[in-house]
Amino acid sequence: MMKNDLQIKIGLEVHCQLTSLRTKLFCSCPSNYRNSEPNTNICPICTGLPGSLPSINEQAIKDGIKAALAVKANIADILKFYRKNYFYPDLPKNFQISQYDKAGGVTLASKGVVEIKGRRIHLSRIQIEEDPAKISYEGTISSSPYSLIDYNRAGITLVEIITEPELKTPRQARLFLQKLRSILEHIGVCDGGLEGAIRCDANISIKGGKRVEIKNIGSFKEVERALSFEATRQKTINNRNIVGMETRHWDDVRRVTVSMRVKEEEQDYRYFPEADLVPFRFEKKFINSIKKTMSELPDARRERFVKEIGVSPSNAEVLTSDKALADFFEKCLEYQVNPKRTSNWIVSDVLGFLNREDIEVKQIRVTPKEFAKLIRSVEAGKISEQTGKKLLLKTLTTKDDALQIKETMFRISDPDEVNKIVEKVFNENKKAVEDAVGNKNTINYLMGLIMKATSSRADPKITRKVIDAKLSTLR
Amino acid sequence: METARKIVEMVKSHQCSAEDQVNLALQRIKEVEPEIHAFIKVAEDQAIQSAREIDARITRGEKMGSLCGVPIAVKDVISTANIETTCGSKILKGYIPPFDATVIERLKQEGAIIIGKTNTDEFAMGNSTEFSSFGPTKNPRDKTRVPGGSSGGSAAAVASLEVPLALGTDTGGSIRCPAAFCGIVGLKPTYGRVSRYGLISYANSLEQIGPLARNVDDCAILMKCLAGWDPRDSTSYESPMKKVSTKGFSIKSKIAVPKQFFGEGTEDLVKKEVWRILDRLSEFGCIVEEISLNNLEYALPTYYITAMAEASSNLAKFDGLKYGSNVKTGYREWNTYFTRNRESGFGGEVKRRIIIGTFTLSAGYFGAYYLKAQKIRTMITKEIENVFKKYDLIAGPTMPTTPFLIGEKINDPLQMYMNDVDTVSANLTGHPAISIPINSKVNAPIGIQLLAPFFREEELLKAGKLIEEKV
Repeated sequence: MMKNDLQIKIGLEVHCQLTSLRTKLFCSCPSNYRNSEPNTNICPICTGLPGSLPSINEQAIKDGIKAALAVKANIADILKFYRKNYFYPDLPKNFQISQYDKAGGVTLASKGVVEIKGRRIHLSRIQIEEDPAKISYEGTISSSPYSLIDYNRAGITLVEIITEPELKTPRQARLFLQKLRSILEHIGVCDGGLEGAIRCDANISIKGGKRVEIKNIGSFKEVERALSFEATRQKTINNRNIVGMETRHWDDVRRVTVSMRVKEEEQDYRYFPEADLVPFRFEKKFINSIKKTMSELPDARRERFVKEIGVSPSNAEVLTSDKALADFFEKCLEYQVNPKRTSNWIVSDVLGFLNREDIEVKQIRVTPKEFAKLIRSVEAGKISEQTGKKLLLKTLTTKDDALQIKETMFRISDPDEVNKIVEKVFNENKKAVEDAVGNKNTINYLMGLIMKATSSRADPKITRKVIDAKLSTLR
Repeated sequence: METARKIVEMVKSHQCSAEDQVNLALQRIKEVEPEIHAFIKVAEDQAIQSAREIDARITRGEKMGSLCGVPIAVKDVISTANIETTCGSKILKGYIPPFDATVIERLKQEGAIIIGKTNTDEFAMGNSTEFSSFGPTKNPRDKTRVPGGSSGGSAAAVASLEVPLALGTDTGGSIRCPAAFCGIVGLKPTYGRVSRYGLISYANSLEQIGPLARNVDDCAILMKCLAGWDPRDSTSYESPMKKVSTKGFSIKSKIAVPKQFFGEGTEDLVKKEVWRILDRLSEFGCIVEEISLNNLEYALPTYYITAMAEASSNLAKFDGLKYGSNVKTGYREWNTYFTRNRESGFGGEVKRRIIIGTFTLSAGYFGAYYLKAQKIRTMITKEIENVFKKYDLIAGPTMPTTPFLIGEKINDPLQMYMNDVDTVSANLTGHPAISIPINSKVNAPIGIQLLAPFFREEELLKAGKLIEEKV
């Protein structure tokens, strides 16, 4: 955990691919490039061949506006594209068609807000731009003997979301990203589970130091790691020296940030209007028609979970931070389970498991129906909560039909049966029994032995009664 | 070489075949090319192949288009599938586009035959065709003089009777200037009337593809074929030209003559000849009035700032990585790699414009140059639009001088830029403009320039036809 006295300020620049689109931003190549052989999902436009011109994909603009509306941003009244000029091998034209909020330009939207755990994180702007190509190296960027460029990704629609530097801890940065992903998934414009669909650069400064930008961060978890490393690094430097403005590269193998270039001033991108695309004025009607297609957002869903379903506010927050998780939860409810218990199980056990194993909700193999059946078995007292949870974890990632609640798993609550087991354990552990006769505090040890012998299936209350009764006959 | 109109008539009525016409053109090219050098590439095999296909279609009795069997030359900044397209630059040597520009598709649809690619100042940056990586083109009227530019190859090919028609591009006068210098007709269409898809950009907010022809009627046939909306160019308009008539110019037209078009540096002969034509038009009944357009004096710097800024970005893609030529020196570090390729691939004038353009877009200078230029551009546009509330046409000389000698101005960029002083306004404002030859003296061709309101190309053609026939 980072201490607040460092006065950490974190700002994020998040690039989200609009994965639900059929085609790229400026040409008719398929938007789904992920299953294609390198450099097959291309055309003269997205490879920037001489003479080619961009044409706007109208649906991309609609989905971009949808995303902006979902984070409560103000939509501009006109759509304008600007060129961002810099030389890099992943840019087919050596300029990127993007947007700009200065020099007569305006971004798609501005001033949005995303809420995380009651904190409002402000967004400065939301803009639409084309994705560059993908470069592959052998090993690392500095040691690779070659660079391979795959243009399949070039021209994919990106929505860039830029936050104010209001995030105060690396943890918050991660929560922000999770929430943003959930929002985009709720409105159905971006599948954050696809590799590279949401990418982010992070800016961080601490008290007295300059802003450092970290690039090449692969996942939300890595964002937290990279920022934690960087905060510590900056703090260490700050004791001796002042942190200067620079761009650093996250090395996810060594888990350190490495200096890429020292930024003495802002890089000069020579932004100017893209004259190949005619500015397009948005009519109120157009924006309103998009508003009508908006589905329920995570915050509204959270409120509904709390008010209508009776989920605790903290569970509701966690559930709705991941659309797939919230969907799973709601599907379980279709099978008459206790919402509170179900939400507890999902938030503590399922999510805990997913985090430990570093897997996505999508990879859960157990169906909501089977899951609900398991919870109902616990509620009916057929199996213990502990057995239920154990069973759940075992079957989370295996096939659906693996969740067979067998009779051998049922809770043992018949006193006669418990009695038999207790007798057996007593016979095998004479010393422990003697101790327990003299000292009540060691009874728990006997309880443990019995639970072990029954794989926790023995009903604890009944077991305790039986043990007490037996011990009292021995005293 | 007959006119395009005549060729279409002959081919359609089986008086000759398309292949005959192509062979005639190829024969003429062989004769004059060693002296003129209008072409960078003659696509002999493809042209014969296309002609045979057209002849086969005629034999089958298919309905043929408006340019059926006409050999046409195409400026080498326009993409042609399977024919090398270099923009007159070493950096694109060997580049064979995988697609046709929209205008090429339209030409083919109408039955025209691409005979080859014509010389141009590198990336259309110039007005003399001396800045081609592949050597200058000579003016067919006087081989010691420049043909104008940058569409000098296209103009020379038409003027030397190698082809009846050619495509040029006009960013700051590059169709009208060589038309005037070679004594032919050249038309820059309204910005957006002709698709730019496939035109390799120099300054994309200024340029248009347009026709070059020996006479107004041929120019009209080609113009009609080029015009029309293209979904691949979002700056193009839904404005096809239906029947284009060159007859019926209203002799009651009002013509404005801005005195700024006769500024310092305008040769006396040019003044005299242009006024001779204007006086004749008055005699016919036109109302010719001298006016003053105060913002025009800023047109030239406004043009060069805009064009160079756009060029610096448009030409960034030429890094030697994906197409064209590259230096094989084994540089692997990216900055060195693209720098070496651009260093050896671009000529001096292109580098000059990229460097100045980069400068004017840089932080701290953007407001003083680019942004200011755009404001003046808007002012000039409004000023000219206001003129068209009262007048039908604006007239003046196309070029301030007659063709200069090859090499005369090559070391003086500012002198060179000054040649564009009368042509750039139409590019800044987007208005259509035509150059009509008016002086028959062999080595001193002069063109009169006419500007019309947006999308009124037909008026220009009608006025041109009247001048051509009666004045």
